[in-house]
Amino acid sequence: MFHVNTRMLLKGARVLAISAVAATTVAGIAAADDITGAGSSFAAPIYTKWAEQSGAQGGAKLNYQSVGSGAGQTQIINRTVDFGASDAAVSADRLEANHLLQFPTCVGAVVIAVNLPGVDGSKLKLTGDIVADMYMGKIRMWNDKRIKAINPGLKLPALAVAPAYRADSSGTTSIFTDYLGKVSPSFKDTVGVGTSVSWKAGVGAPGNAGVAGAVTNTKGALGYVEYAYATENHMQVAMLSNHNGKFVAPSSASFAAAAAGADYTADPNMAVNMNDTAGDGNWPIVGATYVLLPTNPTDTARSASVMKFFDWSFKNGKPAADQLHYIMLPEKVYDMIRSRWSKVESNGKPVYTAAK
Amino acid sequence: MTATTGSIGLTARPHPREAAFSIALLAAALVVLVTLGAILLILFQAGYQAFARYGIQFIWSGAWDPPRELYGALPAIIGTLSSSFLAILIAWPVGFGIAYFLTEYCPRPLRGPLGVAIELLAAIPSIVYGMWGFFVLAPFMASTVQPWLTETFAFLPPITNADESAGFYWFSAPAVGVGLLTASIVLAIMILPFIAAATRDVLLSTPTLLKDGGYAMGATRWETMTGIVIPAVRGSLFGAVLLGLGRALGETMAVTFVIGNANRVPDSFFAPAASIASVVANEFPDAEQGSIKLAVLFALGFLLFVVSFVVLAFARLLLRQGRMA
Repeated sequence: MFHVNTRMLLKGARVLAISAVAATTVAGIAAADDITGAGSSFAAPIYTKWAEQSGAQGGAKLNYQSVGSGAGQTQIINRTVDFGASDAAVSADRLEANHLLQFPTCVGAVVIAVNLPGVDGSKLKLTGDIVADMYMGKIRMWNDKRIKAINPGLKLPALAVAPAYRADSSGTTSIFTDYLGKVSPSFKDTVGVGTSVSWKAGVGAPGNAGVAGAVTNTKGALGYVEYAYATENHMQVAMLSNHNGKFVAPSSASFAAAAAGADYTADPNMAVNMNDTAGDGNWPIVGATYVLLPTNPTDTARSASVMKFFDWSFKNGKPAADQLHYIMLPEKVYDMIRSRWSKVESNGKPVYTAAK
Repeated sequence: MTATTGSIGLTARPHPREAAFSIALLAAALVVLVTLGAILLILFQAGYQAFARYGIQFIWSGAWDPPRELYGALPAIIGTLSSSFLAILIAWPVGFGIAYFLTEYCPRPLRGPLGVAIELLAAIPSIVYGMWGFFVLAPFMASTVQPWLTETFAFLPPITNADESAGFYWFSAPAVGVGLLTASIVLAIMILPFIAAATRDVLLSTPTLLKDGGYAMGATRWETMTGIVIPAVRGSLFGAVLLGLGRALGETMAVTFVIGNANRVPDSFFAPAASIASVVANEFPDAEQGSIKLAVLFALGFLLFVVSFVVLAFARLLLRQGRMA
C-alpha cells in the first residue's frame, strides 16, 4: 500500500534543487567587492544566472537570498543588504521615506500549474473567473459544469480542487491576486490583493518551490508559480483566457506580447501593471520585477557595484532571460534607468555613471 | 529547590564558603526566573500595540486579513491546541506501549538497542521531519489514509450551527495530504521518544516487590499492569506526557511544512490550519520595524507563552490531584 515511488521522490528533490540553486551564491562573509541582495524568489533564477555569467567575466560576486518580496523590502529598508528585490512595486511614500530608488529589471509571468491524473494539463482551459472561484472555495470539483463547458474535449475527473498558495509573503502572490482582483470583483472584496492576503480555501506552502511541491504531491491540486519554476519541475500548466477572451498558452511569445505595451514613463517610480492587457496573444498574468536601491548608500563602492552588475545584465542578459522565459525591457527603458541612477548620491555626487 | 538549600543550611556549619555557595546556587535559580520574566515582559511590550488596537477581542477574533490590517489569534490558537492534543492522543498509547514492552516483555539483549533507536528519533532535526512529512507522508495520506478515513467514518454526523455557515465535518473533506491530521501525526512521531523514554524510566522505578507480589498472586501481565503498575505510578506517567505536550505546542519548522498554513478555524480533521509558531515563522520576514503586523506577531508569541503556561499549569494541577488521590 505504501507506494512511495522513486519518481515522486525525484520530483521532490528537483523542487528542492531549484531553491538550492537560488541559494548557492549565499556564501559565508561577503568580500569587499561582493554585493548582497535579498527578496523576490520570482526573479531569483534570472538574477542568479546573470550573477554567474557576469562573475565569470570578472564582475562582482552576488550573494542573493531568495527570501520573498516582502522580506526583500524589509531587508533593504533595514539596510541589511545592498539591494532589495520585489515584484510588488513599493508606494511612492514608502520609497521616499526610506530613501529608496526603484527600477524594473525584467518581466516574468505567473502560470497556473495543475496536477490532474489522466488529463493533459497543458490542454486544460481556465478563465480568471474560474480560478478566482477555486481560490474562494466556490468551485470545489474538477468536473464542475463551468470547467466542463469550456473543455469539451477533456475527460475531467470527479476530483476535489485543491488550490495551493504561498504561505510566505510573496510578490508572486501580489501579481497573481492583482490579476484575480481585476477579473473578479468578489475576489478583490473577500480575499484582497497584496503580498499576503486572506485566503478562503486551499493550503499554503512556503516559497515558489513549496507551491510547486504541493502541486506535484497532490492529485487535483492547482497552484500559481513563476514560469521558470514550472518548467524546471516539468509541471503541467493550464491555458488561460485573456482580456480579449482568447485562450493562450504560456510561452515567451505570449509573455512578450503582454509586456510590449507597458508604459514605464507614466509612474515616477517606473511601476507598471501588465496584468489582463488587451491583445489576442497576450498572457494575462505578467509582471515586472523591481530592484530597490538606497539613494544615500553608506558603502558607495558596493552601491556602485550593484549598478554596474545590473548595467552589465541589461547589456548582456538577454540569452539567459530567453532561456529562462523572462522578457527583457525595451532598450530605451534601460537607458531611462541608467540616467535615473544619478539619483544615488554620496556628498552630492553620483556614485556610478553608466558608460554609454 | 528550596528543600535542597534548606538542608544545606541545616547540616553544614556556618562557613563563609558555604554561604557564598548557597548564594551562587540561588543566583543560578534566579537567572532562569528573571530570563523567563524578561521574555514575557518584552513579548507583551512589543505586542502591546496589537492589544491596544484590536482590544482583548484579538484573542478570539477569527480574522486574518493582511491587506486590510485585520488580525485575530483564534485560528492559530485553535490550530496549536488541536494539533498538539491530537498528537498526544496518538503518541501516548504508542509511547506507553513501547515503554511497557521495553521494561516487561522485551528480551534482555534487545532492550539496549531498541531503547537507543527510539531515543534517536529525538535526535532527528525538525526540518527533516518537515521535509519527510511534506514529500512522503502527505502524498501517502492523500492517496491512501484520508480516503479510507473518509469512507470509514462517513456515518459521523457533522456538527453545524443553525444556518450551517460553520461546523465540523470530521473526516469528510478533500484529501489534500497536508492539514491538521498530518501535522498531528508528524508531531506525534516527534514527541514519541520523549514520552517513551520518560515512561520507561517511570516504569523502571516501580518497586519490583509490588510487581512480584502481583505475579505471586497469580495475576497475569495484563492484570499486573492495569491493577498494580499503572495505579502506582499514575502521576508520573502523566508527567511523561507533559514533556511531550510542551514540545508539541511550540514546534515550528516541521509543522509549517505539513499543517497547510491556512489562517482559518479548521472545519475537519483534514482541513489546513495554522499554529501560532507557524504563523510567526511565515509572516515574520515581511513584518517591518514598527508595523502593526510585527506587533501582532509579538502578541501571538506572548499568547503562545501564556497558552503553554496555562496548559502545563493545568496539567500539573491534575498531576498533583492524581498523586493525592
